[in-house]
Amino acid sequence: MELIRNFPCLSIFMAMLSAIISSALKGNGARRLNTFVVTAVGVMSACVLYLTCTTGESYVYKMGHFPAPIGNEIRFGSLEAGMALFFCVIMLFSLNGGRKKIQIEIDPGKENLYYIMVDLLLSSLLALVYTNDLFTAYVFVEINTIAACGLIMIMESGRAIEAATRYMIMSLLGSGLFLIGLCMLYDMTGHLLMSYIQISVREIAESGTYMIPLLVTIALIVVGLAIKSALFPFHAWLPDAYGYSTVSSAAMLSSLVSKGYIFLLIKIIYRVIGFDIFVNSKIINVLFVFGLAGMIMGSMSAIRENDIRRMISYSSVAQIGYIYMGFGLGTTVGMVASVFHILSHAATKSLLFVSGVGLTDVSGEKTQFIELTGAAYRNVAAGLAFTVGSLSMVGIPLFSGFISKLLFSQAAVQSNIKMLPTLIALAVSTVLNAIYFMKTVIRIYTPIESKYPSVSIKKNRLYAFTLLCFVMLNVALGMCSQPITDWITQGLSVFA
Amino acid sequence: MSHIRKQNEYEKTPAFYFFRWLGGEKDAFVGNMEMHPQKEYVEEEATIEERMRDRQQAMTEVYDRAHNKELIFFNKLYKALSVIFCIAIAAVLIYAISYLPSVGEAEKPTNNIVSETYIKDGYKDTGAVNVVTAMILSYRGFDTFGETTVLFIATCCVTIMLMVDKDKIRENKDSNDRGFEPRNDAILQTVASLLVPMVFLFGIYSILNGSMSPGGGFSGGAMIGAGMILYVAAFGFDKMERFFNENIFKIVRVVALSCYGCIILYYILTGAYGMECLLPQGEAGEILSGSVTACTIYALYALFRRGGL
Repeated sequence: MELIRNFPCLSIFMAMLSAIISSALKGNGARRLNTFVVTAVGVMSACVLYLTCTTGESYVYKMGHFPAPIGNEIRFGSLEAGMALFFCVIMLFSLNGGRKKIQIEIDPGKENLYYIMVDLLLSSLLALVYTNDLFTAYVFVEINTIAACGLIMIMESGRAIEAATRYMIMSLLGSGLFLIGLCMLYDMTGHLLMSYIQISVREIAESGTYMIPLLVTIALIVVGLAIKSALFPFHAWLPDAYGYSTVSSAAMLSSLVSKGYIFLLIKIIYRVIGFDIFVNSKIINVLFVFGLAGMIMGSMSAIRENDIRRMISYSSVAQIGYIYMGFGLGTTVGMVASVFHILSHAATKSLLFVSGVGLTDVSGEKTQFIELTGAAYRNVAAGLAFTVGSLSMVGIPLFSGFISKLLFSQAAVQSNIKMLPTLIALAVSTVLNAIYFMKTVIRIYTPIESKYPSVSIKKNRLYAFTLLCFVMLNVALGMCSQPITDWITQGLSVFA
Repeated sequence: MSHIRKQNEYEKTPAFYFFRWLGGEKDAFVGNMEMHPQKEYVEEEATIEERMRDRQQAMTEVYDRAHNKELIFFNKLYKALSVIFCIAIAAVLIYAISYLPSVGEAEKPTNNIVSETYIKDGYKDTGAVNVVTAMILSYRGFDTFGETTVLFIATCCVTIMLMVDKDKIRENKDSNDRGFEPRNDAILQTVASLLVPMVFLFGIYSILNGSMSPGGGFSGGAMIGAGMILYVAAFGFDKMERFFNENIFKIVRVVALSCYGCIILYYILTGAYGMECLLPQGEAGEILSGSVTACTIYALYALFRRGGL
């Protein structure tokens, strides 16, 4: 038990050191090391989850020789450990699902660089999840941004480099706003550790000395992280970045990178600003409106899209809108729904990306819908998995998307003014989701005499097995929702 | 007593060379150094036409400037909104900052126990004479390791962009412009042979003296990197590769960074269990991060100049 407490720190260091060692390895070696590290970190996170769930407490781990307000610290409760485990699982599946494409699309001399980026992405996600110090969070936000850029531009096609540049500019704007907010917060409180800032922020809110800078600070931090996680009006970088990168990168960017920032935001809301102060600020209504707008506008853009990869990307904008709408409700129930949707969307979106690439592969590498006609007959596994993902996105019972929609509506009913707009937006968004996902499913199941050859499951067993794992994860989230929501509620309660 | 030298004797003295150069009879560099006048860039008629045609096509067929009202409206709105937006953000930030505590105020919230401990106990706790070094290497060592990793990942990203495959160099000579550079520049070589040893020595001194000066390891590494760039600019890659090539770069980077990571990890683990840390964390950190910085700076230069180390 005592040993397990070291695991969060060890897992961060393991990911970082593996990246450093990978820089001296060839592509294959780097890939094996990466698979080993992701698995090991997953096992360690599972141990931490077991420890925190059995004791029901959170632990603080001193990073260095100096205690709290002077040195660094990390902190882990059940929610953090569960998130780390979940991120590892999604990362492992996404990399396995896109392994063939990585070998084809990436210059063989640069394959090890790809895995360096993945390792460092993992380490930064772990640090964002576990950190108890705002400046450490900022350092790892930087690593996360650069790693994500590398993941996009490793394709070295014109569109990918353009997308990476655009992502870089927008993401750095977000980091900049976050940093300015961080500086102002430090100026007002004199601390960088989350728990100490929270005490000072409470004093400020009670005495009312720095109310205006506090409001601006909250706005800067929230907007900075919202830009980085592609909330609706800041989503312009997203479709290119997800649409033109290699499939593993797209799956990881949509389900891990943006979720890491959202989890950091949740952590800041609960552990830095304080949930009640955040709810009382006006910023929560802005988030609510942007979230609702994102739910509708993201789906509208997805309907107009003629490219399956970009369609899936635009659907991400809508789903991020759901998550921020849950924040905007300003209740714990809404927060639980948002956290559940983070899991549900991460599991489903990576499934859609990975299965989508199977469909385009049997359509002559073309992503236009007209070429995809009948693709599900040519690659049966990818077709089935894509259908499952679509059903989950639309919100059919048995799959995870249904539970998150149910939780959002339950949360909406409990709030007075925000109930009606939330329910209307949920209904409209569900219909819009159904339009574009069902359109695609019907398209891929339309029988046609095709000029493209079909692929049997036997030939790429690993790919089919990965898709099966994704589907099982999705169904598990949909079927065992009660223990998961209990775990989220318990985790959020030890957060504060 | 002065005497007149013989002509052939006089022609060997420096004074003769100097006055010959002064009189403009012979330029010492002509014939000893490659010198090409820069060619003016002339664009061919066909490429200009093609470029104009492409632009015209993009304007009329893709954007349809004359008839696309949406685009015209968007362009105007974009200009207006961006100006308003920037002014508004600047105004809000200035307004908010005016409420923050002013610089140097005694009651400022940042003047708390944390900064007091750093200043008072910095030397006693960490053994570093400089407060900044004590902070970045001991109090917040984990953050600093993160920052070093930022440097590492930035180099990897630049490598993705710029590294040219060896097969591609063979196929396409243009991607490697190593052959087109002027060689044996006498001025550069003379100055470099004087300066490079001094730059190296001063860089090593800064690294070793790191725990005394702020950010010593990093700035010392930057100096050595600059010295290596000067050396390679003067003497070319062939001479450089005698003591620094891709393999050495890899070895130095991997060994230094992983040692640094292991030391920080050891430091954290001993701290967590309340044990004493036996390693001299400050000096080791300075030397390791300094060597990484030196290699990184040189590697970036080499990547930009010829797409590989």
